[in-house]
Amino acid sequence: MKKTYKIEVDCANCANKMEEAAKATAGVKDATVNFMTLKMNVEFEDGAEVKAVMQEVLKNCKKVEDDCEIFL
Amino acid sequence: MNKKQKKVFIRIIISAVLVVGLSVFTEQVKLNGWLELVLFLIPYLVIGYDILKKAGKGILNRQVFDENFLMAVATIGAMALSDYKEGVAVMLFYQIGELFQSYAVGKSRRNISDLMDIRPDYANIEKNGQLEKVDPDEVEPGTVIVVNPGEKVPIDGVVVEGTSTLNTSALTGESVPRDIAEGGEIISGCINLSGVLKIKTSREFGESTVSKILDLVENASSKKSRSENFISRFAHYYTPAVCYSALALAVVPPLVRLLFMGAAAEWGTWIYRALTFLVISCPCALVISIPLGFFAGIGGAGAAGVLVKGSNYLEALAKTKAVVFDKTGTITQGVFEVCGIHRGICGKTDGGYTAEEAKMLEYAALAECHSTHPISTSLRNAYNGKLDISRVTDIKEISGHGVTAVVDGHQVAAGNDKLMEQLGVKSHACTGTGTIVHVAVDNEYAGHILIADVVKPHAKEAVQALKAAGIKRLVMLTGDDRQVAENVAASVGITEVKSQLLPADKVTAVEKMLSEKAPKETLAFVGDGINDAPVLSRADVGIAMGALGSDAAIEAADIVLMDDDPLKIAKAVRIAKKCIRIVYENIYFALGVKLVCLLLGALGIANMWVAIFADVGVMVIAVLNAVRALFVKKL
Repeated sequence: MKKTYKIEVDCANCANKMEEAAKATAGVKDATVNFMTLKMNVEFEDGAEVKAVMQEVLKNCKKVEDDCEIFL
Repeated sequence: MNKKQKKVFIRIIISAVLVVGLSVFTEQVKLNGWLELVLFLIPYLVIGYDILKKAGKGILNRQVFDENFLMAVATIGAMALSDYKEGVAVMLFYQIGELFQSYAVGKSRRNISDLMDIRPDYANIEKNGQLEKVDPDEVEPGTVIVVNPGEKVPIDGVVVEGTSTLNTSALTGESVPRDIAEGGEIISGCINLSGVLKIKTSREFGESTVSKILDLVENASSKKSRSENFISRFAHYYTPAVCYSALALAVVPPLVRLLFMGAAAEWGTWIYRALTFLVISCPCALVISIPLGFFAGIGGAGAAGVLVKGSNYLEALAKTKAVVFDKTGTITQGVFEVCGIHRGICGKTDGGYTAEEAKMLEYAALAECHSTHPISTSLRNAYNGKLDISRVTDIKEISGHGVTAVVDGHQVAAGNDKLMEQLGVKSHACTGTGTIVHVAVDNEYAGHILIADVVKPHAKEAVQALKAAGIKRLVMLTGDDRQVAENVAASVGITEVKSQLLPADKVTAVEKMLSEKAPKETLAFVGDGINDAPVLSRADVGIAMGALGSDAAIEAADIVLMDDDPLKIAKAVRIAKKCIRIVYENIYFALGVKLVCLLLGALGIANMWVAIFADVGVMVIAVLNAVRALFVKKL
């Protein structure tokens, strides 16, 4: 399953870091962060609990870039 | 500027005023070192507290090597070396650069979304004689909606009442308005210019052209190009590498001097150089300007009616050296027209048929009245009257040959020479090129009808424009027979033709060409999306044209040309080339300047001010350059 979320982040490098953090989260099959449109596309593993996974993604993103937001 | 940017802007001004004031003041009055530090700490903290905080958090989260960390270390180091002014200035310029970057990015983000601002906000539904505005999402297929002059058509449908002209420029980049009348199919995203239209919707909003296009454009940059991936990977290794180099620069030379050369260590000098190194090293210019360049390129292309599904395709298109065309619908209109009716004498191509010729056409049209083949359609169109189907009986379609039927009691056969041969009728070939339909009535040869596909008006110019854009190999593929194919190819200037291909043969032909090209070059296939989806996906770049309203084409292609003008192919190539050129300029420029400055910094030639230019200045220039990719009107 794929979902798109609006995000807020200030710099392109930070967006890259968010992408890596999201990709590394358990339950996420693939993730891309588009800095230009400020969107994050997340592809979930089969059977993943989307809400819980996204909380984890947000937590991991905050770790690498404090000044970011994902609108869940 | 948004709230966040305004706040930073105010902080920049306060701290700039303070630091200039303090500098002038300390020139006049010699202060105690500690007092001076405390005074300079005020503007430093005003401008830099958030950076310091982020750097601290980064360390706690084990994300040490980010730019906040670089800036914090560099400025704290400068302060510690009593270079107070430099310390504050580095932070100040860094923030100015960040502010500018966020402003420029926000601005281009808005510019590009304005370009693609085709999302309709509402649909009008008539209720009890009153127009009511509703969310287009809530309109069921089959509802009648009203579009007033000046409004956007929100949902695909068919006009049930009214005539008007449509501005399709947002979809196609074409500025000539299109006429529409009752019964005409209408596509969402067009702007109604003159009359009130009532439209019966044929799809849901989410399935309508406008939603599909927006979806495509917005998700375009999620497919990253090789350049973008390169930069991401580069930044991943680059920042730590620079940090360790800076550390080495601060520690190794003084130790070497101290231990092996017996000279003074000069810790201060080397630490200053290491700090300069850190400031220069920030990878922002690269990580921001490359995706921005692609984003602007895709946005600009979209405004010109060229939809690109990802920056990787833009990159591939720029490297295209071979373009393969499907003939029908790409070079030719894909609409067959009767060009001549010949009874005995060939060569006449204009209208004004004799009664006998008209009779022959009528018979042929009647015999083919049930076929959906384009040839049959063109015969019926040419007859231009109402066909009384009850006059026809015993229709037999012989696949690959033609049709036989009984019309008004006469045995009529219409088809190719194989059909005539089969019936034992002696036919004679036509001197014109095109598809020939021989007609025999009661087993006696009556004559033939010449049907040809018309070459698009701009096809020849398009071929020339492609050659001028650096395309080395132009090939035309078609299922048609050789003579027709070669004739069309010659008239537009294509020398390589492969004819009589079945759809599967086209894939094989393209695969063969793919194996022949140089590895760094790419091959583009242009088709109209009908029957050629496998080829579109097999080629490096699949370009579908005239795709307005054709889901299959939008689905299968990598690049979608919204109208069917072949000149757009060349334009797409030029847009891609410009975008890639800008991206490469930025990569070379930013890396080049940084490397030179790093070297100069290590040697002690470049001071902190040069370092600030290498960081902020380069980034500003690269961002401005990237935005250029948006301007494609004159290409």
